[in-house]
Amino acid sequence: MSFTDEQIKRYSRHIILPEVGGKGQKKIRESRVLVIGAGGLGSPAAYYLAAAGVGTLGIIDGDVVDLSNLQRQIIHQTPDIGKPKVISAKEKIEALNPDVEVKAYQALLTSQNALDLFREYDVILDGTDNFPAKFLSNDAAVITNKPLVHGGILRFIGQVLSIVPHKSACYRCVFNSPPPQGLIPTCQEAGVVGVLAGVIGTIQATEALKLILNIGEPLKDRLMTFDAQKMEFREIRIKKNPKCPVCGENPTIKELIDYEQEVCSI
Amino acid sequence: MAVKVRIPTPLRGLTNGQGEVEAAGRTIGDMLVDLENRYPGIKERLCDEAGNLRRFVNIYVNEEDIRFKQGSDTALSDGDDVSIVPAIAGG
Repeated sequence: MSFTDEQIKRYSRHIILPEVGGKGQKKIRESRVLVIGAGGLGSPAAYYLAAAGVGTLGIIDGDVVDLSNLQRQIIHQTPDIGKPKVISAKEKIEALNPDVEVKAYQALLTSQNALDLFREYDVILDGTDNFPAKFLSNDAAVITNKPLVHGGILRFIGQVLSIVPHKSACYRCVFNSPPPQGLIPTCQEAGVVGVLAGVIGTIQATEALKLILNIGEPLKDRLMTFDAQKMEFREIRIKKNPKCPVCGENPTIKELIDYEQEVCSI
Repeated sequence: MAVKVRIPTPLRGLTNGQGEVEAAGRTIGDMLVDLENRYPGIKERLCDEAGNLRRFVNIYVNEEDIRFKQGSDTALSDGDDVSIVPAIAGG
C-alpha cells in the first residue's frame, strides 16, 4: 500500500532523510511496537512513536491517571485524572496521528500475559516503574526473542540499554536479580525530576525506531547512564554473560517469574 | 592507590551529597573497606552479609565491569576511574 499525499506530507521530514526515505517510512508503518507502562517513560516514547507513524502501537498499563503523575507523564492531562492511563494515552495518540492503530491493554504485565503479548510485536519498549516488571520484561523478551529497549529513571539519573536477545547483553547479564524488598527507598520517597522522563523516554523511542529501520548503532552492549545534575551522559561497556540465568549457555530461568515487590523500588 | 569513585544518586546521602569521592586501595575489596571508613554505612548498601557485591549493583573500573575482571580482587592503579552503578527501576 502506498502513502497518500497527506501521509507524504505528514512524514516528509522523515522521508527526506536518506537513512529513512519512503522505504524506511513504510517499515515504520508496518512495525508493531509494545510500550509497557503509560507513565513517565511511556508517555513521551509512545507519543513520539505515534508521531513517527508506527503502524501498531500496543500500550499496557493497569493504572489510572493521578494528579501526582502530571509532573512528568505528559501524555495525560488534568481532565484525565481518574481515567485509565491506556485510554487517556489512546485518545491523545489518535488525535495526534489517525494512522496509528492503538491497542490499549488495561492490565498489569504479568507472567501470565507477557509471552503472548510480546509475540504480537516487533519491538518492546520498557517504560515500567518497578524491578519485578523490568526483570519480567527482560525475561519475556529473551524467551520470545524480541528486541527490548530498557529505560530507568530515579531522582536525577537515568539509564538506557537496547537488548537484542541472544546477540547482545540482556538486563540480567548486567543486573542479575532484583534487590530485596525494602533495601532501597521507593520512587515515591526518592522523587524524580519530571523532564528526566522526557530525556530517557525519547532516547528509548529513538532506539526503537533505529531497531525498526535497522540503521545506526543501537545501544547494544553499552549501558548509557545520564546524570541531569551534571548534564553528563556516560557509557559503560557491558558484555553478554555466558552464565546469565536467562540468556546464558545453561539458562536456569525458562519460565517467567512474578517477583513481589513494592512499586518503584530501587 | 588513590582512585576516583563515582557515587550514584541513591547513595549520595552517605557521601554528604557528593557524586564523586576519593578512595584508596590496592584492589576493589580494599577500596570498599576504605570507602566504608570514610562514609560509614556505604558498604552494607553495596555488599551482602557475606561481603559479596549485591547482584543489582555493578562496579566498573575505567568502564570495565569487575565481574569480567577479578571481581573484588581487581587491582587498582593511581587515578583509576571507579563507577558504582546500581539498577534503577523508576519509570
